[in-house]
Amino acid sequence: MDFARAHVLVCGGTGCTSSGSVKLIEEFEKRLAENDLEKEVKIIKTGCFGLCALGPVVVIYPEGAFYSMVKVEDVEEIVKEHLLKGRIVKRLLYQETLENDNVKSLNEVDFYKKQRRIALRNCGVIDPENIEEYIGTDGYQAFGKALTEMTPEGVIEEIKKSGLRGRGGAGFPTGLKWMFTANANGENGKFVACNADEGDPGAFMDRSILEGDPHAVIEAMAIAAYAVGADQGYIYIRAEYPIAVQRLKIAIEQAKEYGLLGDNIFGTDFCFNLEIRLGAGAFVCGEETALMTSIEGFRGEPRPRPPFPANKGLWQKPTLLNNVETYANITQIILNGADWFTSIGTEKSKGTKVFALGGKIKNTGLVEIPMGTTLREIVEEIGGGIPNGKKFKAAQTGGPSGGCIPASLIDTAIDYDSLIAIGSMMGSGGLIVMDEDTCMVDIAKFFLEFTVDESCGKCTPCRVGTKRMLEILDRITKGNGTLADIDKLEELAEGIKSTALCGLGQTAPNPVLSTLRYFRDEYIAHVVDKKCPAGVCKALLSYKIDPEKCKGCSLCARQCPVNAISGEIKSPFTIDTAKCIKCGACESSCKFNAISKQ
Amino acid sequence: MKSLAELEAIKNKIKNQVEVRRESDSSTRIVVGMATCGIAAGARPVLAALVDEVGKRNLANVNVSQTGCIGMCRLEPIVEVFEPGKERVTYVKMTEEKARKIIAEHIVNGKVVTEFTIGAAE
Ligand SMILES: Cc1cc2nc3c(=O)[nH]c(=O)nc-3n(C[C@H](O)[C@H](O)[C@H](O)COP(=O)(O)O)c2cc1C
Repeated sequence: MDFARAHVLVCGGTGCTSSGSVKLIEEFEKRLAENDLEKEVKIIKTGCFGLCALGPVVVIYPEGAFYSMVKVEDVEEIVKEHLLKGRIVKRLLYQETLENDNVKSLNEVDFYKKQRRIALRNCGVIDPENIEEYIGTDGYQAFGKALTEMTPEGVIEEIKKSGLRGRGGAGFPTGLKWMFTANANGENGKFVACNADEGDPGAFMDRSILEGDPHAVIEAMAIAAYAVGADQGYIYIRAEYPIAVQRLKIAIEQAKEYGLLGDNIFGTDFCFNLEIRLGAGAFVCGEETALMTSIEGFRGEPRPRPPFPANKGLWQKPTLLNNVETYANITQIILNGADWFTSIGTEKSKGTKVFALGGKIKNTGLVEIPMGTTLREIVEEIGGGIPNGKKFKAAQTGGPSGGCIPASLIDTAIDYDSLIAIGSMMGSGGLIVMDEDTCMVDIAKFFLEFTVDESCGKCTPCRVGTKRMLEILDRITKGNGTLADIDKLEELAEGIKSTALCGLGQTAPNPVLSTLRYFRDEYIAHVVDKKCPAGVCKALLSYKIDPEKCKGCSLCARQCPVNAISGEIKSPFTIDTAKCIKCGACESSCKFNAISKQ
Repeated sequence: MKSLAELEAIKNKIKNQVEVRRESDSSTRIVVGMATCGIAAGARPVLAALVDEVGKRNLANVNVSQTGCIGMCRLEPIVEVFEPGKERVTYVKMTEEKARKIIAEHIVNGKVVTEFTIGAAE
């Protein structure tokens, strides 16, 4: 076996790939060859490191030097200085890793310090396209242990004891679901399935796990199949995730080649096969019954529950469905034991949760935190705070099915129950941070537009009701709303929640309800004062020139695309509000800060 | 995969490769001076020989890396060995063969090759 003294890890996640990491790899290959280093130094294309805001990311071991925003032109210097002469190129390091000119360990950096990587343990560490690297980090040991040392009941017992709850949104206890499926009559076959649809806008945890560590999910599904008595599995993933699909395909092929999928695995009589099913990217297809309908080859529409998938799932046969991240925890629980897992997290929410941090936050990216971490720690410490000195206003969890957490509740410890208690929910892990320039009515409208678009149309409350709610919100943001509209919104919301067929409709009103709960005054400002306090809703804005500050330079008038500004040189100019389209060009052009929006 | 033993064999084969990427305090570090003076004195083939030996012997928990000028340019190529909980050992005027010997005697058998150390040269 060739020993490489140095490993160059280049992030091959979707984020870094789109910022050019593939070109970096080519350049590294070229420069290493030029310097005769290709035998000593190994290049590994990994999954996501999490700090997507700073991509492309390159990490070099054994030093653990973390280079951020690396450009093709930088590669030569890294090769000549660092890889040849052993001098870390400090100018290119992620600056947080530098302290008094010394390089500190990544684990001491704010972004990583409070994280605990279980589901993401191999992301950014191994080459996801090489099964041996996975095996080298204890891969398939849990599967081997389950098959040769544990009974199916023993496996289920361990998962039950671990307290693991579904990471796909609802938080249902995973062990119980496994038990229900195991107990169901499987004479005619049973299935396991993985939900990798990930339709929540802004979320990319599941994609990153599949891109960075596909075998972790394959291994867990095999363990699940053994536990519940299935011999066939499906991974349902959206076609919009081409890198994840590609790595999954490679991983499944390699697992077959190594005899980890197929017949008589580990010399036992256990057989298991796994196939990928591609979805076309509809939010409703993430809902479990719609997902199964889609796998069966029909249009992805939900059906009433019960019967639950554990009894009647794919082709009416008992089916276990879990989320990607749920599966990503399984091998660690089997290897380290349920007691280890329960030592992490809060009383009713064990382990960790991965969040995709987005919105108005410095360190956008992927983070995995122990349950019970406060929102403040996530936003201020791990996330690095809000850019441009703005104030934190709220965070949205659970995407279009969830709700917002206002600044007054920033010390809430994040777990399933605390989020429900404040009117939000864990969701699958999207966490969008909003600053003072965000209008909460506009945000509610954004999410509702999404659900109206994504409603499959099968049931009336969702198809028509969400549309009516959106119309009302549209009126409010245009300054035509009334107080009665707010009451109507609440009434519709409650009605839809209790009558829609599936989770999509049942949760669609949540963003409206939670913004009404915490930011009602903003709704009232829109309908009574006809004002948008955050200055977002265009119809309610007007631009004004302060005659005291205006020097009459005419710059704004020349910038205005609709000739709405006029005046005499050297005396104050004015804006014709009837003509103004509120584009803001005048405000940003004024050198004297004389123009403001109200 | 017929048995756990088969899985274990693959794991052992690859483990040391992957371990380079874990930050750990328990590994032995072999550091080669690779500043201009070191390279001019022949540090490149020394480094290559060390890497080759570690690979051939599939040694666990051993890192080979480089550093800048150690400040004793006339004694280059210099190789330093840091073992957890032990004094650092500095080898000077290294050659490929000497480097291979250090791996065999010092790293594998735990016997410092005194004749190559800086103490012997001074
Ligand atoms: C509209 C809608 C979309 C959903 N999208 C997803 C999804 O993208 N991924 C996911 O794992 N679960 C999603 N769910 C939840 C699934 O129905 C199901 O609860 C989950 O996959 C079960 O796995 P778990 O127990 O491991 O969380 C969605 C639910 C609804 C109502």
